[in-house]
Amino acid sequence: MRRTTRRGTAVLAVGVSAALVLAACGGGDEEGGGSGVFDQGSKAIVNPSDAKGGTLQMLRTGDFDSTDPGNMYYATAWNFSRLYARTLVTFKSVGGQGNLEITPDLATGLGQPSADLKTWTYKLRPGIKFSDGTPVTSKDVKYAVARSNYSPEVMEKGPVYFRQYLANPNGYKGPYKDPNLDNFKGVETPDDQTVVFKLAAPFAEFDYLATIPQTAPVPKAADAGAKGGVNYAKGVVSTGPYKLDSYEPGKSIKLSKNPNWDTSDPNRKQLLDNIEVQLGVAADEVDNRQMDGSAHMDVQGNGVNAAARSKILSDPELKKNADNPTSGFLWYTAISRQVEPFTNKDCRIAVQYAVDKTGYQAAYGGTTGGDIASTLMPPSLKAHQKFDLYPNNNGKGDPVKAKEHLAKCGKPNGFTTNISYRTERPKEKAAAESVKASLAKVGITVNIKNYPEDGYTGGVVGDPNFVKKNQLGLMVYGWAADFPSGFGFLQQITDPGALKGTGSSNISHIDLPAIAKQFKDVVQLKDEAARNKVYQEIDKAVMEDASIIPMLYAKNLYYRNPKVTNVFINYGYSGMIDYANLGLAK
Amino acid sequence: MIRYIIRRLLVAVLLLAIISLVTFGIFFLLPKLAGQSTDDLAARYLGREVTPEGLAGVKAKLGLDDPFLVRYWEFVQGMFVGQEYKFGTSITECPAPCLGYSYRTNEPVFDLLLDRAPVTFSIALGAAVLWLLAGVTIGVISALKRGSVFDRASMSAALAGVSLPMFFTGLVSIWLICRQLKLLPTPRYHEFLDNPATWAQALILPWITLAFLYAAMYARLTRAGMLETMGEDYIRTARAKGLPERTVITRHGLRSALTPIITIFGLDIGLLLGGAVITETTFSFAGLGQLMLQGITRSDLPVALGVTMATGLFVIVANLVVDILYAVADPRVRLA
Repeated sequence: MRRTTRRGTAVLAVGVSAALVLAACGGGDEEGGGSGVFDQGSKAIVNPSDAKGGTLQMLRTGDFDSTDPGNMYYATAWNFSRLYARTLVTFKSVGGQGNLEITPDLATGLGQPSADLKTWTYKLRPGIKFSDGTPVTSKDVKYAVARSNYSPEVMEKGPVYFRQYLANPNGYKGPYKDPNLDNFKGVETPDDQTVVFKLAAPFAEFDYLATIPQTAPVPKAADAGAKGGVNYAKGVVSTGPYKLDSYEPGKSIKLSKNPNWDTSDPNRKQLLDNIEVQLGVAADEVDNRQMDGSAHMDVQGNGVNAAARSKILSDPELKKNADNPTSGFLWYTAISRQVEPFTNKDCRIAVQYAVDKTGYQAAYGGTTGGDIASTLMPPSLKAHQKFDLYPNNNGKGDPVKAKEHLAKCGKPNGFTTNISYRTERPKEKAAAESVKASLAKVGITVNIKNYPEDGYTGGVVGDPNFVKKNQLGLMVYGWAADFPSGFGFLQQITDPGALKGTGSSNISHIDLPAIAKQFKDVVQLKDEAARNKVYQEIDKAVMEDASIIPMLYAKNLYYRNPKVTNVFINYGYSGMIDYANLGLAK
Repeated sequence: MIRYIIRRLLVAVLLLAIISLVTFGIFFLLPKLAGQSTDDLAARYLGREVTPEGLAGVKAKLGLDDPFLVRYWEFVQGMFVGQEYKFGTSITECPAPCLGYSYRTNEPVFDLLLDRAPVTFSIALGAAVLWLLAGVTIGVISALKRGSVFDRASMSAALAGVSLPMFFTGLVSIWLICRQLKLLPTPRYHEFLDNPATWAQALILPWITLAFLYAAMYARLTRAGMLETMGEDYIRTARAKGLPERTVITRHGLRSALTPIITIFGLDIGLLLGGAVITETTFSFAGLGQLMLQGITRSDLPVALGVTMATGLFVIVANLVVDILYAVADPRVRLA
């Protein structure tokens, strides 16, 4: 009785609001055309068009780590930066997995390696200009690499692959401390069109590094004084089809056409007049606005949330405008090789058999959230090879096999351990609970612990002492490659060489010398197929060691606004929608 | 009166100093007491990769290794003379009043506050006008027509208003008005100076939903206050003197019933000016409340500290204004 009264008054109140509003309102939005097919964008370019004009409205719940191409690390930022920053090479703008192929961008061709793979040379295309009209030279590329990799006191957010791989004989300290670029020996610029990278050791996959936005040229003059350093993010000088008009952190990003863009750019289109990103929009609002047409796209690139997911999947009209690609992420649970009783391989194998991966799948949203995994490398990588060392009833768990191995490791009645997950991630919580439930069936008691997302890799699971002290035998984790090669995917999480005090992503603490040697050798192989074979061997060796339980090849569900043209999934950027070619239908 | 105001102002400054010291302590001292090393703190601000060089860089940049009092002193100093952040050749000026520097976005906190304040002020002040007018009017009419259909209907509506949370009414109104009836576009903040019409259009829903919540409370308060005062002896005296009923209600009844309303209004508006957190989140408006939320969720301590200080300031100022208004509304206070 009371309940109905309340509802009644609420409706009355809203009715009154509506009446008040009537006086001053405008119109709504109309639905656009376009006829899509579910998951079409994963395989091809949807709504291909050269129609010009319009303002693309993008939304994001959080914020970018930065708009500065030299100071960003998330795939969404790298993907977005291509709108205004051209790199030496980039991923091909074609539909389907063909976009994993690297193609020249600012450079006239792919990197030309020396025989020993220690020197990589790129020639710049002639006639490229910055948005302010000044010509781009090789020195601008050298400067960009120097500032982004050698100045941790200013640029703290990006990766430091170049610092890791380039020779630095005289300990160069970055342009903010040492403005004389001649002291930076890792990159040479024999003339204005030539960039030569000098590596300390051979590295066959250097072209992947050259796709990172840190090779996008930065004019030294624009990176000085009060507008330089960290503040360059607000005044990025563009080489792409759009230029950055403003960036207000947490609030908005505005781009407009770059009049000095080189129209022969094969990897991008300049169809829109403007691009506006509204930041800090509530998560469900982001989904609702995409679906009601008041905005065009979520720029975060993680797909829609639970509410929108069920709405889209249950409505054929919405579903035909949705894509469900593999994201390049592997959701997994790492087993610590340092925590008892997991120091014993059979105890690890027992868990491999016991876990119910379908429960994990349910935690991540069911079949549209991911496919059940049995290898480390996801199928979106060229190096992926299917195998399953611990088949357990199609992922449902095999308690009989698990108990066999428990007996072998001397714990026939099970044991007690802990599992950790990131507090802010409800899916990881559900995943941890599913692991707990499935291990309970074989007598393993699991206590669940959670830690803040910030610093999870830095100070929790990535800190061997913390893991041992808190007995984190199992750790819920996820991983995607920085660049889509077997090396990019596997090295950080499995290479003993990646163990470095705290902050390592090799959280299982894999310290097998054989794997370390394979990583050293593989980067000296010039042939991609030969390298991929080694990556498959490493994948098998880690699974053999049973220290990582691959759970799901992650998939995201994206809504594709029918008004937006040239939509396709770019697997080079964790399988999210490619931002560099978008347009709007008339 | 002037001496009174000066005294209140001095107390306000002291209060702000205490607020800053306490919040500074909570943000910078508590993590240390909880056993977090400066490396743990610095790791939060690095990207996906944590390197020793990166940690050292962040610690130097944010001064994480400096003693607490040194850091507080620098903070206070910054407020009066400004600060300069130097990272090699890259210099960032933070002119006075410098409330510090966002760890995440590398902007002076004071600029962020200035940038976000108009949004929050627009929401809070517009809603305040609505809820005061509606709440007090409904309260007065309800009290005078006690037991009538109007009284019962408005008081049960008020009950709904008080008990329905903002994120419910807000989301329902967006869904109904913008999505189903399409009477309004999805609210998105526009600058007042750009175009007052679009500014107001975007704000209508936040105003109404926020005012609904408060008006309900104010209506109930006004009604109770009016019922009490209208029963007082001096009202009977006023009526006996033959004053018109209208004068009796407004000049004698309402005036004294308003005193507690003003007190609460001062607190409410002060807090709201410091950030209408739920309203801003529901409607995705980039105001102070959202800034506060971002500051906390992203461990951007200087930003959270800045918004806290601003809220403190607004509450203190609002209360000061209220105390002065008191004297105007209630002659008895003037004697004190």
